[in-house]
Amino acid sequence: MDIMSLFNALPSVAAQGLIWGIMAIGVFITFRILDVADLTVDGTLCTGGATFIMLTMAGANVWVAMVGAFCAGMVAGLITGLFHTACGIPAILAGILTQLALYSINLRIMGQANRPVNATQYDLLVSQRDVREIGLNNPILISALFVIVIIALLYWFFGTELGSSLRATGANLNMARAQGINVNVTKVLGLMVSNGLVALSGSLLAQYQGFADVNMGRGAIVIGLAAVIIGEVIFGRIFRNFALRLLAVALGAVIYYLVYQVVIWLGLKTDDMKLITALIVAVFLAIPFWKGKYFDRFARKGGGANA
Amino acid sequence: MLELKNISKTFNAGTVNEKAALNGLSLRLEEGDFVTVIGGNGAGKSTMLNAVAGTFPVDGGQILIDGTDVTRLPEHKRAKYIGRVFQDPMTGTAATMQIEENLALAARRGKSRTLRPGITKKEREEYVERLKILDLGLETRMTTKVGLLSGGQRQALTLLMATLIKPKLLLLDEHTAALDPKTAAKVLDATERIVTRDHLTTLMITHNMKDAITHGNRLIMMKDGQIIFDISGEEKKKLTVEDLLDKFKVAGEDDLSDKMVLS
Repeated sequence: MDIMSLFNALPSVAAQGLIWGIMAIGVFITFRILDVADLTVDGTLCTGGATFIMLTMAGANVWVAMVGAFCAGMVAGLITGLFHTACGIPAILAGILTQLALYSINLRIMGQANRPVNATQYDLLVSQRDVREIGLNNPILISALFVIVIIALLYWFFGTELGSSLRATGANLNMARAQGINVNVTKVLGLMVSNGLVALSGSLLAQYQGFADVNMGRGAIVIGLAAVIIGEVIFGRIFRNFALRLLAVALGAVIYYLVYQVVIWLGLKTDDMKLITALIVAVFLAIPFWKGKYFDRFARKGGGANA
Repeated sequence: MLELKNISKTFNAGTVNEKAALNGLSLRLEEGDFVTVIGGNGAGKSTMLNAVAGTFPVDGGQILIDGTDVTRLPEHKRAKYIGRVFQDPMTGTAATMQIEENLALAARRGKSRTLRPGITKKEREEYVERLKILDLGLETRMTTKVGLLSGGQRQALTLLMATLIKPKLLLLDEHTAALDPKTAAKVLDATERIVTRDHLTTLMITHNMKDAITHGNRLIMMKDGQIIFDISGEEKKKLTVEDLLDKFKVAGEDDLSDKMVLS
């Protein structure tokens, strides 16, 4: 167990963490703002990567390809949204259905289960080989800029009339309806924005690792939730402002990758990572619950002493 | 201002739990009418209000608000005409949002929501003034999350939100029932002041017979999804709680809840 190998992995942890952080911000929009656990994202991540690679191979500019990936993600969100609102399918199930359908669609987009994209052949924005470079092409810097711009845009959006109506929908459906908000529209819109961001993250991830794979999004929702929860548990007390809460989510993803790296360094196999991820999420979800229970008992005891 | 024509609604039709909640109910409210609604449990009071608000589609009949047929309009579209305060203080406000954000949402009721700012500086100043009518000191806590307020404070805020832009119709569904007597009196007092000030057409359900008599210019009593007693003007002013209890007995209403008799 050479500590240097862990240090060597840190730049990659930061880059990957920030890219997954964008996906986690997408999960935050559905999970925390809309109050829906949207499982579509497991499929959307690959849809984003696949769309990006196919557009790039067809000769599209890298920015055009990324906008294309974002739009493909929005369409996936739209489908889940329509399953949920127009067809009355429970949100979780609607997400699962779209996710399953996307598996076939992603294979159709790529034509095969795995598509490489070579950074020497194409003009990509981020690539793993530049992770130690000091310069403007460093993927850590570029991903961090993406995170900052996305947070700024979302901060603006959720402050608008439309964004506020989306927050109201997640906070209280009855209240939203009574205030004349068409909650079906706001739910669909939220799912679209969320999945658009997840697909954008997928396009960055495909560039960074140099390929898109039909299984690249498996368990993404859990990683997204892990990032949201880790961010809240660690930064929740100091980051109250909305923009800072989004930043906490992105940092949560970086911390998740750090834990991941440490666990690998301790000698566990990558095959075990899904198990470990699930356990990490379970523990972080349980902490606030246990904390509440402990403090509750404590408060009751204290109250009894005072009475 | 409001016209209900022969409204009927049956819940769980065709099952053992079938319940005809509204049976050919008709009601006409003139502009500025403040109508209190009383009746035993299951009389159809809340069902009537929810039918007007569009919470569910009615089985038959027609609902007109200021001459517009809203019978087929979904809830969020009817919200343009209607301000509502619910029985449960948790229902009317968004707990995770600030007081001023809740008010800003209400200020856009019935308007299209665009990418313009969700709240402006000018609005904030206006809301501070508007909150003063509640006399709860909320005007100094504009950025407090509504979830941190008491039930009474939330209910008062909901009332202000419902009337922030003048609704054609104000629906109050036992909006003081879940509050302690002192807070209930305060919220009811604010209701009276706002309704009088803005000359609002109002339907107020209450379990409290004294409140039903003191407030409003008209009183209706419901039973089995129909209006069985309708009194207004001078006659209503002379009404006593005893009169109402007699009416209940004549109507064969035995299940007077303790709450109604005691209050």
